[in-house]
Parts: sequence; C-alpha cells; structure tokens
Amino acid sequence: MSAHEITLTVNGEEVREAVDARTTLVDFLRETLGLTGSHVGCEHGVCGACSVRLDGVVVRGCLTLAVQCEGHTVETIEGASDSGALADLQEEFRTRNALQCGYCTPAMLLTAAELLAGSGVPSRAAIREHLSGNYCRCTGYHAIVDAVEAVARARAGATS
Amino acid sequence: MNDRDQPTGLTALDRPNSYIGRSVPRPNLARLTQGRGQYVSDVSLPRMAHVAFVRSPHSHARIQQIETAAAKRAPGVIAVVSGEDLAKVCTPWVGVLTHLKGLKSAPQHAIAVERACWQGEAVVAVVARTRALAEDAAELVEIEYQELPAVTDAETALDKATPVIHPELGDNLTFERTLDAGEVDKAFKESDTVVETTFLFGRHTGVTNEPRAVVADWNEGAQRLTVHHGTQAPHMMQNIFAKHLGLAEHQVRVITDDVGGSFGIKVHVYADEMATVALSKLLRRPVKYVADRIESFVTDIHARDHRVKARIGVTKDGRITAFEIDDLTGIGPYSVYPRTSGIEANQIVNLVGGPYGCPNYRARARVVFQNKNVMCQYRAVGHPIATAVTEGLVDLAAAKLGMDPVALRRKNLIPDDAYPCGSASGLKFEKLSHHASLDKLIAMMDYERLRKEQAGVRARGVHRGIGFAAFIEVTNPSAAFYGVGGARISSQDGATVRLDAQGAVICHTGVTEQGQGAEAVIAQVVATSFGVPIERVRVITGDTDNTPYGGGTWASRAAGIGGEAAWQAGKALRANVLAVAASILQAEPKALDIRNAAVVDAETGRERLGLDEVARIAYFRPDTLPPGFQAELMATRHYVPRAWPFAFTNGIQASHLEVDVDTGFVTLLDHWVVEDCGTVINPQLVDEQVRGGVVQGIGAALFEHCLYDAQGQLLNGNMADYLVPMAAEMPDIQVGHVVTPTADSELGAKGAGEAGTAGAPGAVMNAVNDALRPLGAAPITQMPITPGVVLAALGKI
Repeated sequence: MSAHEITLTVNGEEVREAVDARTTLVDFLRETLGLTGSHVGCEHGVCGACSVRLDGVVVRGCLTLAVQCEGHTVETIEGASDSGALADLQEEFRTRNALQCGYCTPAMLLTAAELLAGSGVPSRAAIREHLSGNYCRCTGYHAIVDAVEAVARARAGATS
Repeated sequence: MNDRDQPTGLTALDRPNSYIGRSVPRPNLARLTQGRGQYVSDVSLPRMAHVAFVRSPHSHARIQQIETAAAKRAPGVIAVVSGEDLAKVCTPWVGVLTHLKGLKSAPQHAIAVERACWQGEAVVAVVARTRALAEDAAELVEIEYQELPAVTDAETALDKATPVIHPELGDNLTFERTLDAGEVDKAFKESDTVVETTFLFGRHTGVTNEPRAVVADWNEGAQRLTVHHGTQAPHMMQNIFAKHLGLAEHQVRVITDDVGGSFGIKVHVYADEMATVALSKLLRRPVKYVADRIESFVTDIHARDHRVKARIGVTKDGRITAFEIDDLTGIGPYSVYPRTSGIEANQIVNLVGGPYGCPNYRARARVVFQNKNVMCQYRAVGHPIATAVTEGLVDLAAAKLGMDPVALRRKNLIPDDAYPCGSASGLKFEKLSHHASLDKLIAMMDYERLRKEQAGVRARGVHRGIGFAAFIEVTNPSAAFYGVGGARISSQDGATVRLDAQGAVICHTGVTEQGQGAEAVIAQVVATSFGVPIERVRVITGDTDNTPYGGGTWASRAAGIGGEAAWQAGKALRANVLAVAASILQAEPKALDIRNAAVVDAETGRERLGLDEVARIAYFRPDTLPPGFQAELMATRHYVPRAWPFAFTNGIQASHLEVDVDTGFVTLLDHWVVEDCGTVINPQLVDEQVRGGVVQGIGAALFEHCLYDAQGQLLNGNMADYLVPMAAEMPDIQVGHVVTPTADSELGAKGAGEAGTAGAPGAVMNAVNDALRPLGAAPITQMPITPGVVLAALGKI
C-alpha cells in the first residue's frame, strides 16, 4: 500500500498526514486523528452515521477518500460543537430526548443544521425528507423532528 | 424499615423535591450530542491488534483443508488461527435451559471446527496490526470446503427425507411445547363462526447503528482479562468469559461504556466475540473486533420467522369462544447461548389471546434447526407475533360478523375490575387496564370522526384503513425467566449509593445504559429517595469491577428492578446520613429529613445542616463525633420481584394509513399508543421508548426481511437492500398513559421498553386490511407487507 501525504484543515487546524489511497475520510478522522465523534455504521453510504462537513457541505465520510480532501476543509462534530454554532440544536435534542444511544446523533445534527441554515421554518414533512438519509434505530424520529422544528421556529422568531 | 416511606409521613413518591413523574433530561446527552461518547468502536489500547474473520460462504459445508501460509506472510499479520487452534483456549457451549423441557442443541465453538453450519460462520481468524491489513491477509487464506446438503425450509426440517444437521441429536427438532387449556373442541363446535388462517412473519434483525464490538485485553502479568464490550449484560458476560476461558470470575472485568443501540441484539453470546477474547488470551495483547455491516447481517441474531396456523371461534353476538395456534419457527443451526432460541416460540404460546379472558386455548409450537444464521431474542420477544396473530384473528372475526372491531374488543377484553386473574396459558396478571386504555385511545384518535373521514375519502377513491392491536407485555422478569433454567443470568439487581466529600451522591448500579435512559431514571430515583437535586447525583454503570452484581438492561427490567434497588439504596443512605446528622445535632434521627441537599427538621422543613457539612465532619473530623459512633456513608440494596414472576403491562395501539391500490405502497398517516407501565418515573423517556419501539414494529410490518434462497444464502445483507424505517416514511406517534402501579415494589414501576414493538405490526396489518377489505382483497396475514404483497391481495399480480 503506497502512502500519500495530504494536507488539509480539520476543525480549523492544519493537518499533515500520510494515508493509504484506500483510507476513507471517516477512518482517517477516527483512527489517524482520534476524532471519534464521527461514526461508522454501514460503510456503504446508506446509514449516514459518518456524515461530516467538507468545505461546508455535508458528505458521507465512508464514501469520501481521505486523499480527496487534500487542500480542503473538514469539520466534524467536535469542531462544530466547539464553535458553538450547533448549541441551540444540541440543547433542543437534549431537552427533547431526541437521541437515545447517540450513535447517529453527530451526523443527524450536522445534517439538520444544513437544513436550518436555510431561511424560514420547514414543514415537518420537509424535515423528515431532509433527514431521510440518516438512520436512527432508537427514537422513531418523532422527537428529532420536534427538535429541528423547534430550533427553526426559535431562529425564525429571533430574526423576525 | 418496610413502611412505605419514613420519616416524612408523605407517600414515597410525593417526597419534597420528587423527581418521580418528571421529564428530566438524561445526564449523559450533552456529551453524546458533542460527539464525546466512548463507544467500544472508539476504544484503542496500547499494542492493540485487530481481528478479521474468514467466514464460510456456504450454509453447510465440511472444512476439508485450511491453507494459511500466504496469509501468515502478509504485511502486519500477527497470527492466523483456526477453530481447532482456538478450541485449546476456549471451550464450546450448548444453548439449553432446563425449564424449557426437551430443548436440545449441539456444542458450538468460537470458530467452526470441522464443519460450518451457516453462511457467515467464522472459520479462520486473522489478527494483524490494523483491521485493513487483517482483511488483506484474510483474502489470502484458502479453505477447501465439501458442501453438505443445506436444511433451509422449516416446513420440511422434520421430514424423514431431510438430513439431520446434528446427527447426534437424532432429529432437527430443537424444542416443542404444547398446551391445551379449557375445552377447545367443544368451544369451537359451539361457535357460530370460526375464522382460520395462516400468518407468516419474516425473519428480520436488529440493525444496531453501532455494530457489535469488543476489545479484549488479557494481561498476562496481572492474570486478568478486561473486556470492553457493547453488551446489555456485563455480569452475564463476565461469567461466560470466565467459564469458557478457564478463569475465575474475579479475573474478568467487563466494561460497558456507551453502546450504539442494542434492542436485544447485544445480550447474547456471539462466537466471533468469544473468539476475539480467546485470541487476546492466546496472543497476550489487546485484540479488537468490530463487526462490519455485512458481518452484522449474517451473524447478529435474527428474529421472528414464524409460520402460525391459527383459528378463533366467536359467537354471533361477538363473544370469543376459543383460540388455537400451531407455530413453527426455524432458528438456525444452534440454539443461542445462554438464553436459548426456544424463548420466542414459548412466549408466543404464552401470549396469544392474552388480553382476552378466553379460557379455551390450544397451542403447539415447534422450533427446528436449519442452516441459516441463528435466531434469538430481539426486542419484544414473541410479543409482536402473538399480538398480530391474536389481533389479526379478532379483526377477521369482527369483519366476518359485521361488527366494529372496537366493539368486539370491548366485549372480550378482560374487565378492569377482574384482577388479579390469569390467562388460559397460565400467566398471572396483578392488575391491567385494557378498557381504560381502549377508552383513552378512542378519545385520543377521535375514532368516530376518523371513521367518517375514512368513508368520505373512500368515496373519492382514497383507501384508508384503521387498525387496532391490544397487547400485554412481560416486564420485570424474576428468576422464572432464566435463573430457574440454570442460566447464570441475574434477575436481581443492586445499587450502591455513597455520599462524596462535598455532599454529592454517587450511585453504582447493576443495570446498564444503551440509550433507554436508565442513568436518568436511576438518578431521578436516588435524588428523590435520598433528597438532593438531581445535579448532585452521578450514576455509574457498566463495569463489573465497580457495580453491584446485576442482570443489566433487557426485558424491560432497568427501571422496575434496577430503579427499585436504587430507591431502597437511597433510603438506606438517607437513614445512615441522618444518623450522623442526629449525632452532630443531638437530635432524634426520626425528627430529621434530607431535602434539597440539606438536613432539615422533618416537621417544619427548617434547614439544620448542609450535606457538605455532614460529609466534612464524617470524613475529616470524625474525632468530633461521639465515641463509638461510626458514620456509614455508603449503602447497598438489592431488589428482585418476588410476589409476581413477571410484572405484566398492557396497552393498545392504533394505526391510520393509506394504501395506493395501484402501486401497493402504504403511507402511514397517524399512530396512537396508550400503554400502562405502572408508575411513570420519566414520562418523556417512556414516550420515547414507546415511539422507538413502534417504529421498530413498523419496520417489521412493512420493510424488514432477511431474504434467504433455498441454499441458505442471505440475499440482502446490506442496508441498501434490507430496508429499515427512515424519517420520511414514519408518522408522528401520539402516546398516552394509564397508570396502574405494581404493588410488588414501592416505586410501582413496570417496564415500557417493548410495548411499542409488541403492538405496532398487528395494528399496521389490521389497518392495511381495513383499507383493502371493501375492495374484496384477500386478507393479508404476512409480514413484511410489501407493495407486492398488497397487489397480490388485490389480485393485481
């Protein structure tokens, strides 16, 4: 296996590491950088547990290779948490018990945040549609939809 | 002190600052929302190696030869180990329980020896520096197999012409149970109408988001084994690791931090996990195994896969006269250790007809071996099947009689004033609330309006259905579940509560947290019974070195059993602390109480002493306490239900959905649940358990199916082909409660973890049939109800 040296920005820090060409982004984050907040669920792009931000866009960490991220910017749940940008959504998830085992949660939060970055209050159906690529076995989704809806309303109220 | 609560004079649950009945957020959630959990998949230890397994591509094959030279030479490889090598370190096991009379199985090894009995059984282990290198080397292992005939069809498994999978057992019958209560033949003869049909329940599986994971660390110097394990039952696993590796239990520590979903999947003994632990002992270093998704599909226990022939008798005025079922299930080549694979069929026999007081009931259940992945207990064991069969029959009978399904249920559900009573199968009910639950459900869903709306849209060619499913649920199991059958699975649980040096409380509990909220419930209970704000309680779970012996979290036992132990421990610590405070204040302990983290006068509530001050004096200035007085600031209590073998709960669900009769697609519109889990400690957590359970039940009803071909090959072992419920297809789920506490404990809490899964499939099936019945469709009695099943029922394909 030939190693490739890559340089990228992860959660605001420049990272330079040697990786195999076959190493996925999520394995790189978890195993090389120790950022275990991104999770591995299915490794074929269906469950969404590995979702991270690549240049601000949510991508599947299991379908992205680390070498593809050369020169790019990656943000994981650890970075997004420390920035405070998700604080209201995280608090709403906590108070509504919109997570049980928590395994899907980091990716669910990043995906929901993407929807919430738009304007207006999305309908429950639109929230469900947006989250339909993120598998949660525990909650049945109802509380997650509640949490996202509540944040959308609060943010809309705050800006109106 | 056996009185309900002293010294305040208030009832136990009404103590000042009570957290019982309050939706307190779980203490561990902020951490999980920040990605700062610690799942076993995240664990990394110094010198840790990784194992990958070479698995049998055949469902039944003799292992002729294993060639490992090339794999051993591959980069990063530490060891390549066969079943025979590993059998020297880890003894085989047999999954039987003595109280399931006649249940038999064959010895199962950590890695297959001589023969592989299902597609996916591990045949060789490859240990390397990384998982990727282990998988590379695994591809270089060459195994010569001689294929053997595969037994895959449960219907023919017992035929003379069918090969016997384990010849030493004589036949392919794992277990059989029969039951004949009342006068079944006479009752059917006297019925005005008999409905008979066959229900088919597809095999499905748990699909935990975090796959099974284990990191085993044998320390040769300390002669101790530490296993980081995503399990629901750490003490059970401690016993099993010790037993099969030839160790004493005190040499084994099982640590369970965060677990990414369990649902009954992670409460069993898995061969590859045993192999990982044995490899650590063999190689004297930490070894990690995390199942990948394909491995999960072929090795995580499967469940259901029952064929139930069933009939019901009714009189023309709608009285149920008799139930009869014949259940057949295939459970793979081995009964799973140590809980066995006979329990689901046994539960079905126990539970059919459960909500109804019909004394005439005959049942037969047969469990057979086959060359497919093993089956065992998954969330709501047997309940979804028994409920769908019972409630499917009730709806079919109502339709045949031309009665409203609610009216037929009202006529037959056990009256709310009939308790205590029992079922025809011998279950004992302390107190249930079927009618109160039904009434509440009807009000919540506005049944009459919904029926009118259904008729209205039907006229426009929109076909909606309403389906009900009443159910009972087994919770708070006593030793009657496993202990009496010889399994070392604790039905009792313990809690230790101690005061720290600043007056906060640390509670060590034997129950575990896999997302249900056990930590929150334990914290609420301790905060209430001891008398501190919940922020002052820290709960420690999942460590056999540091928690009282207990069963863990399964079968809806954590709140009802672990909660009661914590309640009692909190009370005991309060008494101990008040003894110290009374000695300091020169007062009578009975005149004092602990409220809001302070010792107060019980009568007036006036604060006398902060808990921090009690702790300071007891820990740092015990010289100031009276001679001979010793402060005991730690208390342990245990609890197991004794009066009732199980705390039965009950409830009812309703599904409202729309069927597209051109495509066969089902759109779920609404779902309602009323359930009665006794004292509700945390309403939000109960609701969320119910909602999550409902969606798992909906998965079974509409989507999930492990599809095997006739050769025993799993055809859809990935998440693209095996469908799970996702957000877009799921409805909002309204949950209501009726509260009937058990008198077996002071808290009165029963379990709630399985109610959702128990009732949802039957409710959805009945709703689909309700939508299709006016179109002359054949009743659908199979799951999952795919579009193809719907179109076939309509005669369109």
